Amino acid sequence: MPKILSRFRYQIAVFLAVLGPGFITAMVDNDSGGIYTYSAAGAKYGYLPLWTLIPITVVLIITQEMCSRMGAVTGKGLSDLIREEFGLRLTFLMMALLVLANFTNVVAEFAGVASSLELFHISKYVSVPLAAVAVWFLAVKGNYRSVEKIFLFACIFYVTYVVSGFLVKPDWKEAALNSIEPKLMLDSGYIYMLIGMVGTTIAPWMQFYLQSAVVEKGVTAKEYAASRIEVIVGCIMTDVIAFFIIVACAGAIYSVHPRDIQDAKEAAMALKPFGQYAFLLFSAGLFNASIFAACILPLSTAYSVCEGLGFEAGVNRRMREAPVFYFLYTALIVGGAAVILIPGFPLVRMILLSQVFNGVLLPFVLIFMILLINKRDLMGEWVNPRWFNTWSWVTVVIMIGLTLALVGITLRG
Amino acid sequence: MADNILFYTELTGMPVLDLKGRRIGRVRDAALVPLVHPSRIDRYLVGGGESWLTVRYDQVQSIELGRGIQLSDEVLVPYHDDEYMLRIARDLLDQQIIDVNGHKVVRVTDLTLEIQANGPHDILAVMEVDIGIRSIFRRLFQGALPPLWVRRLQRFIPPNSILWDYCNVVEPDPLRRLRLNISYQSLEEMHPADLADIVEDLSHAEREAIFETIDSEVAADALSEIEPKMQANILESLEPEKAADIVEEMSPDEAADALSELEDATSEEILDEMDSAEKTEVEELLEFDNDTAGGMMNTEYVALYHQASVADAMGALRGNEDLLETLNTLFLVDAEEKLIATIPLARLFIASGDTLLKELASTTLIQVSVDERQDRVTEIFDKYNLLTLPVVDEEGKLAGVITADDIISVLRES
Repeated sequence: MPKILSRFRYQIAVFLAVLGPGFITAMVDNDSGGIYTYSAAGAKYGYLPLWTLIPITVVLIITQEMCSRMGAVTGKGLSDLIREEFGLRLTFLMMALLVLANFTNVVAEFAGVASSLELFHISKYVSVPLAAVAVWFLAVKGNYRSVEKIFLFACIFYVTYVVSGFLVKPDWKEAALNSIEPKLMLDSGYIYMLIGMVGTTIAPWMQFYLQSAVVEKGVTAKEYAASRIEVIVGCIMTDVIAFFIIVACAGAIYSVHPRDIQDAKEAAMALKPFGQYAFLLFSAGLFNASIFAACILPLSTAYSVCEGLGFEAGVNRRMREAPVFYFLYTALIVGGAAVILIPGFPLVRMILLSQVFNGVLLPFVLIFMILLINKRDLMGEWVNPRWFNTWSWVTVVIMIGLTLALVGITLRG
Repeated sequence: MADNILFYTELTGMPVLDLKGRRIGRVRDAALVPLVHPSRIDRYLVGGGESWLTVRYDQVQSIELGRGIQLSDEVLVPYHDDEYMLRIARDLLDQQIIDVNGHKVVRVTDLTLEIQANGPHDILAVMEVDIGIRSIFRRLFQGALPPLWVRRLQRFIPPNSILWDYCNVVEPDPLRRLRLNISYQSLEEMHPADLADIVEDLSHAEREAIFETIDSEVAADALSEIEPKMQANILESLEPEKAADIVEEMSPDEAADALSELEDATSEEILDEMDSAEKTEVEELLEFDNDTAGGMMNTEYVALYHQASVADAMGALRGNEDLLETLNTLFLVDAEEKLIATIPLARLFIASGDTLLKELASTTLIQVSVDERQDRVTEIFDKYNLLTLPVVDEEGKLAGVITADDIISVLRES
């Protein structure tokens, strides 16, 4: 009996030891852009879009699992592997695209910070500079471990969406039914919304971040079983949050009067009739999600680029030791925040542009991932099993198709 | 820029000309054979038509940027891979190597080669590994712009290179390591903390390769500087005998900390391989909770009986040379091994040989019991400005000692 107990204790210890990367990546997936997409879906189509969440979860798990497996087995980041296996030119091209895509993402996150705090009557000229400084210091003055703890703590705040979902008192029976029964309509708005929902699910930066975080955490192939569970649980949690966001907006907006909403702020405002708390929690959740992503994106970008191009990287290095890393990190934050403060800046176009960049980059990232994970000299016995490979390719092809469709629609305007 | 410099990016794609000046093909890769010569390019792999041909270094007459490689002997053999070759494009370019001098892991972007006239032959020798923005620029534009343009433009970017002599290739496969004549001797001469930093930047397999190869004592010192989770991973990946050798060389408290991170079965396997004396010490320490004084202390100290003199102390120190580097306090115990006094080591130097140690003792005896909580221990260190704090068991017997470096580790972790 004590033996079983000690074994069990060890398993728990292993799980806690690997906890972090998968959860954080999945949670940050619900960033300001994600929250807007889900809110808009709920506001316009009510409970109908809920069925997409199950396939989205599956797709998310398939891609995230591959990254964390590669990280655990090879002990190298995704950009490291791409550089080693595909050479400098391709790596450079991908990193250039990644910087562009992530810069526009950072802008979107700071926009989220600004609009969520405007709900509390704080001017963006105060909130955004303060947020930028806080974000910068967090990573530069902390070490990876403490930063990760803060991030994990931030994950807890996504519960605000669950609570606000309940406060709205939506039609649970309707929600449950629609979660499992697919409904397709040949309505261009509806299809666009579906593509948008899937398209925002998998962003290129996530793959880079997750794999680096798994490596940084020191997860090995032996502990990978625990890590896989962490990734899967994280992905499910993410879509549970998405479920509640959609449900909240369906209950608050759709069932009153279905309409298009322009941003997540509008969704929060619409929750006001259901009580101050529903509104407050939704807004606080938006702020948390935005600032959380604003912390991770610049850091992850600087990391990936420096890893891939062979510059020194890491917050535990001094500025003089890793100049490129700190330059990129600082430039992304300062630039991202500054753009928000420029009066009359075409913010919406910028955010659409970020979708285009992400969309162009994603096919490369996914295809490289599958090619890498099937290399036996890298992965040994951990290469994709054949059945999994089939599913991976199917996922990748679907994702690429949907993403390109999204880019096409965006470009056509 | 001197004329006798050639970058690897310029070498690849260079035309190879036969005796009549006709082009046979272009250079696809080049290889060192480290067992024969550490820096001379020994083979040029030339792609012409379907298969690759091998050009030996002594079949080359001249090498000139803008013209190509002129052969002096055109009897070429088809290329076949052999394990003794370190191929530049395949094994070196874009891979990570260790910069022994700068104590860091870097990624190879390009190589700087020197064209040396050697009798009737021109030979190429690897001078430097290029890692900075300048070499990235070269890689990106070589082939897109004429080589001379690339050379001219790159002058505006500061160079960043490492001498080839200071580069250490990491090869996880032990057999290949032997064939490529790769040793980690230069790593053994590094400060353990620098080596630990390097190891932390590598992947699992490479880490394992280094710890497998280097001397156990160096490995133990470096391992002590690595964070606990990674320590555990490294120990797990090694053969139990090798892991035991390393753990034996660690100080008992650090050994116990490292082993306590492992799964019980694995740590027992390693303990079984250890010498009995070290094993008992470590096992005793493993009994204590990590966040108590017992878990923090180590058992490396020098204790003498209360009637001992300075001369006795000197004698005892002579028998414990390996402790001297960090030792700063001696302990006095009575006949039942109960701690009665501490003596700052420096006081011995100004006392005569027949002075009794207890006359040199600190006025107050500060000690903690094995189950004292960790935060309380750090408080005591701070309050009394200690370097060393003795730990006693329930009966007041000296059990171990906590030193300031243990406290610094604890504070850094929290």
